[in-house]
Amino acid sequence: MNHTGTTTSPSTTDPGGPGERSGLALSGVTLRLGDGDSLVTALDAVDLAVRPGEFVAVVGPSGAGKSSLLAVAGALTTPDEGTVTIDGRDIGAMSEAERAAHRRHHIGFVFQTGNLLPALTVLDQLRLVTHLTRGADLARREPRELLEEVGMAHKADRRPHQLSGGERQRVGIARALMTTPSLLLVDEPTAALDRARSHEVVSLLARETKRSAVATVMVTHDHDVLAHCDRIVEMTDGRLSDQTAPA
Amino acid sequence: MFLALRELRFARARFTLMGGVVALIAVLMVLLSGLSSGLVNDGVSGLKNLPVTAFAFDEGTKTDAAFSRSVVDTAQMDAWKARPGVAEAEPFGNVLVNARSSRGVPIDLALFGVTPGSFLAPVAAEGGGLAAPDGIVVSASATDAGLRVGDTVTLDRIGTRLTVVGVTADQYTFGHVDVAFVPLDTWRRIHAGAGPDDQVRPETLTEATAVALKAEDKTTLDLAAGDKAAGTSALTLAASFAASPGYTAETSTLNLIQVFLYAISALVVGAFFTVWTIQRKHELAVLRAMGASKPYMLRDGLFQALVVLLGATAAGVLIGVGLGALISGGAMPFLLEASAVAVASALLVALGLVGAAAAIVRVAAVDPLAALGGHR
Repeated sequence: MNHTGTTTSPSTTDPGGPGERSGLALSGVTLRLGDGDSLVTALDAVDLAVRPGEFVAVVGPSGAGKSSLLAVAGALTTPDEGTVTIDGRDIGAMSEAERAAHRRHHIGFVFQTGNLLPALTVLDQLRLVTHLTRGADLARREPRELLEEVGMAHKADRRPHQLSGGERQRVGIARALMTTPSLLLVDEPTAALDRARSHEVVSLLARETKRSAVATVMVTHDHDVLAHCDRIVEMTDGRLSDQTAPA
Repeated sequence: MFLALRELRFARARFTLMGGVVALIAVLMVLLSGLSSGLVNDGVSGLKNLPVTAFAFDEGTKTDAAFSRSVVDTAQMDAWKARPGVAEAEPFGNVLVNARSSRGVPIDLALFGVTPGSFLAPVAAEGGGLAAPDGIVVSASATDAGLRVGDTVTLDRIGTRLTVVGVTADQYTFGHVDVAFVPLDTWRRIHAGAGPDDQVRPETLTEATAVALKAEDKTTLDLAAGDKAAGTSALTLAASFAASPGYTAETSTLNLIQVFLYAISALVVGAFFTVWTIQRKHELAVLRAMGASKPYMLRDGLFQALVVLLGATAAGVLIGVGLGALISGGAMPFLLEASAVAVASALLVALGLVGAAAAIVRVAAVDPLAALGGHR
């Protein structure tokens, strides 16, 4: 269960996880939504590579295709053209069930408002992941230790409705990291948070990206938090534009 | 099961409400089952408890009233006796009479005319068996109506006096009336409407209602061939129940109500799980995005439904059996049979599960993409 001291080099194997880690690679990815007259090109020949341990922010106006990018990168849908590879495995060649298995084993999702399950305590949110991936050969994290790491150990018995927005996001991040995923996809994590909390949450994401050597893609509107990221790409009308270093 | 059990605990108020409905249905089902068994028992236990394989009625007798219409003669009896596989063939008489006991109690009796000493003759648990022409052996249930060994029973109108010489151990009732076994010759006179001093036509003294048949061990009687040879219409014992008064009407009404209960239960459970699934659509999308497989989610949902159904049905059956115990002493014919209750409970759970499954399959249709974005 080695989660510290891993390098960020794409060629290095995570000592805690099985298989080669090479991050995320999108090449010439095109995704069209709708049909007939209402056909919209959500992603237009997008190329993007994210190395393990790299924290990439995707910014852009609403409707620019940011969510579509997450959906394609997260194996929630398959692109019409181009290839998506996660740790060298082509998502396009997988069946729906295989994509679900790939998500549960190798991809972590952090949603807008945490999207925790209301019936579960903080600790059980994490234990559910262990339960979902039972039988798989994975480098699972110890739930209490991970809660300690995101600063939520003291509220392990609370349910989501007893937590603040920032606390929910911390639990959501911990949940996404349970299987030591190769890829962490983060959807507008600060949408419901004030400034101070936003910084806390995004800096936690940055820290965990390094510590877990995970390739992280964060979609955001919030320009305040971009300083925590390694790289910022901008999305307009389904195209990725200049990839810049944070200001 | 991890999530299913925690959701049950978390949303216990909602699940308890739904479980309460299922439990009430189970209570009603147990009571109906008891009433149904009780009515059947009251209607045909007199036939059920006879060691008979089949009854051969006169050819062409209308089935639903065969016990009151049919008349068979000695020739038909002898023809059946000669059939292969027939161990016993005895005349059996059946007539309903009104009477008054020596204690002044008015009582209705189903007189079963049987030959004393034959395989049809009753075994008396109290008193003695059939012997004297005016001696009758009455059903155990007749003691509730006030008959005792030694009482005299006078039949209305014809004035024939019979003496209770014995009481059976089990309940013998026919058409909700207590059975009294009477020697066949006496039965023939009563059936002919002849009082103690009346003359009867000699041919009535060879008649009976039906030929009671008993097959040899491990043989099935060829009823059709026997009917052809004897000029009768034979019914198996179970089929002959329909020939007792009111039997078909009672059982079909209760069965219909039970079928409705099963349907209601399936619909209630289906409706609940439909709402429950729709309410959690976003959560389910999150689970799918996290990579929970469809089989996992379907299993989890069905397990949840099974827990609720089993718990609610068990609670309902317990309450129903308790209520049944209170009822069964009274005037209502009520008999709880473990097998009937078990079958009904299993059906309730199974059909509830079908209803739940119809709702839970929606889980598989939830699009994990719905987990992205802010709109709920």
